[in-house]
Amino acid sequence: MSGKGPFGRLDWISVILYALLVFIGWLNIYSTSVGETETSIFDFSTLYGKQLFFIGLALAGIIFVLFVESNFFERFASIFYVVAIVLLLGLFVFGKTIAGATSWYDLGFFNLQPSELAKVATSLALAKFLSDIQTDIRTRKHQMYALIIILLPAILILPQPDPGSSLIYFSLFFVLFREGFPLYYLGILIFAVVLFATTLMFGTVWVAIGLIIITLLIYTFKKASVKIPILPVVGAVVVAILFSLSVNFVFEKVFEQRHRDRFALWLSLEKDEDKLDEIRKTIGYNTYQSEKAIESGGFTGKGFLEGTRTKGDFVPEQHTDYIFSSVGEEWGFLGSAAVILLFSFFFLRLIYIAERQKSDFSRMYGYGVISILVFHYFINIGMVIGLLPTIGVPLPFFSYGGSGLIFFTMLLFVFLKLDSNRLKDGI
Amino acid sequence: MKKLLLSSVVVLIGFTFIGRLSYLQLFRFSADQILDDPAIKKVYDYPERGYVYDRNGQLLVGNQAAYDVMVIPREVKPLDTLEFCQLLGIGKKTFLTKMEKARTYSPRLPSVLVPQLSKEDYATLQEKMRHFTGFYIQKRSLRYYNTHSAANVLGYISEVNEWDLQNNPYYVAGELKGRTGIEKQYEDLLRGRKGVKHIQKDRFNRDIGPYKNGKLDTLPQQGKEIHITLDKDLQEYGEKLMHGKRGGIVAIEPKSGEILAMISGPTYDPALLVGRERSKNYSKLHYDTISKPTWDRSILAQPSPGSPFKTLNALVGLQEGVIDENTQFRCYHGFYVGNTLRGCHCGGGIRDLNSGIYQSCNAYFAGVFRKIYNKYETTDEGMDVWEKHIKSFGLGNYLGSDIPTGAPGRIPDVAYYDKWYGNGRWASSTIISNSIGQGEIAATPLQLANMTAAIANRGYFYTPHIIKSVGDNGAIDPSYTEPRYTTIDRKHFEPVIEGMANVYEYGTARWVKIPGVNIAGKTGTVENYIRVDGERMQLTDHSVFVAFAPIENPQIALAVYIENGYFGSRYAGHIASLLIEKYIKGEITRTDLEKRMLEKTLEHEYAKPYSGEPFKINEREW
Repeated sequence: MSGKGPFGRLDWISVILYALLVFIGWLNIYSTSVGETETSIFDFSTLYGKQLFFIGLALAGIIFVLFVESNFFERFASIFYVVAIVLLLGLFVFGKTIAGATSWYDLGFFNLQPSELAKVATSLALAKFLSDIQTDIRTRKHQMYALIIILLPAILILPQPDPGSSLIYFSLFFVLFREGFPLYYLGILIFAVVLFATTLMFGTVWVAIGLIIITLLIYTFKKASVKIPILPVVGAVVVAILFSLSVNFVFEKVFEQRHRDRFALWLSLEKDEDKLDEIRKTIGYNTYQSEKAIESGGFTGKGFLEGTRTKGDFVPEQHTDYIFSSVGEEWGFLGSAAVILLFSFFFLRLIYIAERQKSDFSRMYGYGVISILVFHYFINIGMVIGLLPTIGVPLPFFSYGGSGLIFFTMLLFVFLKLDSNRLKDGI
Repeated sequence: MKKLLLSSVVVLIGFTFIGRLSYLQLFRFSADQILDDPAIKKVYDYPERGYVYDRNGQLLVGNQAAYDVMVIPREVKPLDTLEFCQLLGIGKKTFLTKMEKARTYSPRLPSVLVPQLSKEDYATLQEKMRHFTGFYIQKRSLRYYNTHSAANVLGYISEVNEWDLQNNPYYVAGELKGRTGIEKQYEDLLRGRKGVKHIQKDRFNRDIGPYKNGKLDTLPQQGKEIHITLDKDLQEYGEKLMHGKRGGIVAIEPKSGEILAMISGPTYDPALLVGRERSKNYSKLHYDTISKPTWDRSILAQPSPGSPFKTLNALVGLQEGVIDENTQFRCYHGFYVGNTLRGCHCGGGIRDLNSGIYQSCNAYFAGVFRKIYNKYETTDEGMDVWEKHIKSFGLGNYLGSDIPTGAPGRIPDVAYYDKWYGNGRWASSTIISNSIGQGEIAATPLQLANMTAAIANRGYFYTPHIIKSVGDNGAIDPSYTEPRYTTIDRKHFEPVIEGMANVYEYGTARWVKIPGVNIAGKTGTVENYIRVDGERMQLTDHSVFVAFAPIENPQIALAVYIENGYFGSRYAGHIASLLIEKYIKGEITRTDLEKRMLEKTLEHEYAKPYSGEPFKINEREW
């Protein structure tokens, strides 16, 4: 490839992987929404027709992004961020409510979801802030600023209510970790999640016993040369046990029944078959149907357009959040594993690209993009295959929806554009 | 470390997802889950059940349409209940309870509101049906009987039960299955094979088209029509003659083993077990434990055969060489067992084979029986030989016919008597009753008819069967066309048959001769004891008769057994004679005989033991 023109040094591997994901996604949207009557795939009254239109818009978006000077994004990052925050605030007044969430602006031909736009803006703003020569992430003050940049949109999105989108912003912590934010925060977070889950499953008593046994084991088998101070460790164990005690309180008093049911299903807390059946029919209906649909696909799947549960509309929201269940049913283990591999290669490729950037801004933005995509992918598929509780986020490039597809595409191609200019950055 | 963090997370997530997917799709997947896939519904297309014809091509069983009024409660719109009830011919209260029942079962799925409307009701309802949303009429096929006879042979069909469902995956709840008779025996042929349509459903259980465009669907296979060996006219005539009498009649065509008639009295009209009144009628028949109309006496009753069995003892004696035609025994109006005289009605005097048979002399056959046993050193040996000969006539075990029920009868053997009397504590004199067909011997009318057929054939028989041909090409089980030979040589039959012919000339059946037809027969009068309230009492003898005709070229062999019909030539002899004439000549010349049989009943005999008053037995009636 010559270095000239807007397509010059574009990373074609990423572009091809992107195109593949969008294509496979569309095939499955077609499968979930095609009716018995034959219509053209360009019929815009159908979901697959509309999605095709959105793909066209995304293409236009790509061309727009590629023709823009690459330092445009860095320069205007702060302004994008401010605009995004204003748009999010504006939702409280002008927002359109769809499916219980006031997350959209009605633009007539198109429903704009500013939380999608805000993902791009926040990534850019965070990268801009961190890459600033005056920023030192090791200082508490700058850590605080970074947290504010990340959490402000998250807090604004939460009451829409859209906890799923809001959760996504936490993925940007990966950018911080990459840039030197202390890793033990991550350790503490993971530890807290594990404690939370184990307490619900086994109860505080067993968790406490387990913690003490593990601590004793560490002391018994550590090398003599390694010194571990006793007091902080004891303190940590005590805090952990207190946390574990608080879990039950939070679970019973703060959570609502629907939340409890989700966890009950997720962690197999409920053993009573009748109640389990009840949960499956109500709160766990989606997950149960989606798991069953995937399970029924077997090794090779039922074949394209042959998924009985997909055709019968057994999995609600299948064209959006549960699109992966259609892959599982119609393409089987082969197909769904292939999609997982495709995503994994895609992400690894993007990480590789991010790491080769000379410009700090480009790298940090790249990490922001990857973190957001990985988080969506993790939460979405984790939910669809029954590993995670129900949290409504779309599967990037796959799920039906214009805002999602267009902004994921913009998110990605801004990064690929930055990458194509990486050689100039050094100069 | 920090550079690898995100990559490791991506790889870890990838492994976790693929692990979970393999658990779901490889471990938890099962291939037959199409069965419980809520998205696929099977809809069945039932073929018409096969027709049944008699040996001459006369229709016996066909099908008729019946109409069920169905309801889908959820789809019911407000209606003129009064008018609808009038059309259906039910009360408003019944209507409301049935609607409630249907709703409880399922508001979405169809339930039967009124089953099996007649054609006339259907016609009037049909026009108005569109006013009643949520109701529709479903056509069903029911059995139609072109005869009022042969219920015991034809059998009936009924809904499959729990046991059927567990043991035969073909059936689905609500389907019909042959329960008795040929409906049971030839269920697979008559039923055909239902077609299956797979319908793709959505989660509201609505049809959204065929599954896989009908690739897995099958077309129904028509049930086969079958011809059975019964002669419709003979069967109907026999049942008419059995009016008011209990017993069983079996007629066989000796040269093929085909069952011409199989009559059990009392019987019932097969149409009773079809339609709306079915269960009411069934209970009525089933709980009649005194006359037992559903108990097929032609194949399940196992009386002692009485005198007809003497013919076999004669044949065994001839075969064993212990007697010949001229061997004589003296009858002292009976014979002595030790010092006791056992009676005989033959009139006494010198008896040879011929007169022994036609006079039915007990003394003669007691003598033959002793001679058979005396030929061998031990009673056991003699018994074994005798048993082998007798059993070769198809007695003492199931015949292997294609009638799904049956009884083995009984021919006692060494083990039987050893158990009864103790080893070595019995001799031919102990079991001398066997010589005259009483004692421990028991046989069903079917077995007796078959035995007679074997005599008519002079030494062999075909397994009696009811199937004549199946479908167009007609192949039936080849075992029914293979002769089964008895252990008696052909030459020994002529003298015995001559004796049986003389039964009609000079003997016990000379009053029931058919002009122009040579018949061989043998009467039987079987003593009959029952227990009523633990007390043994004797009732009027059973009347038994076996015969075949014509002697030169036997076309029919039959056995008639009439409970409490007194001596053999009375009821059994009369009926046998009339049936033979009907079958061979096609018409009855002796109308007085016929009239007597059609009018006389034995109800008064059957009422005797239940009257609670002392009664006489073996009264002369004419």
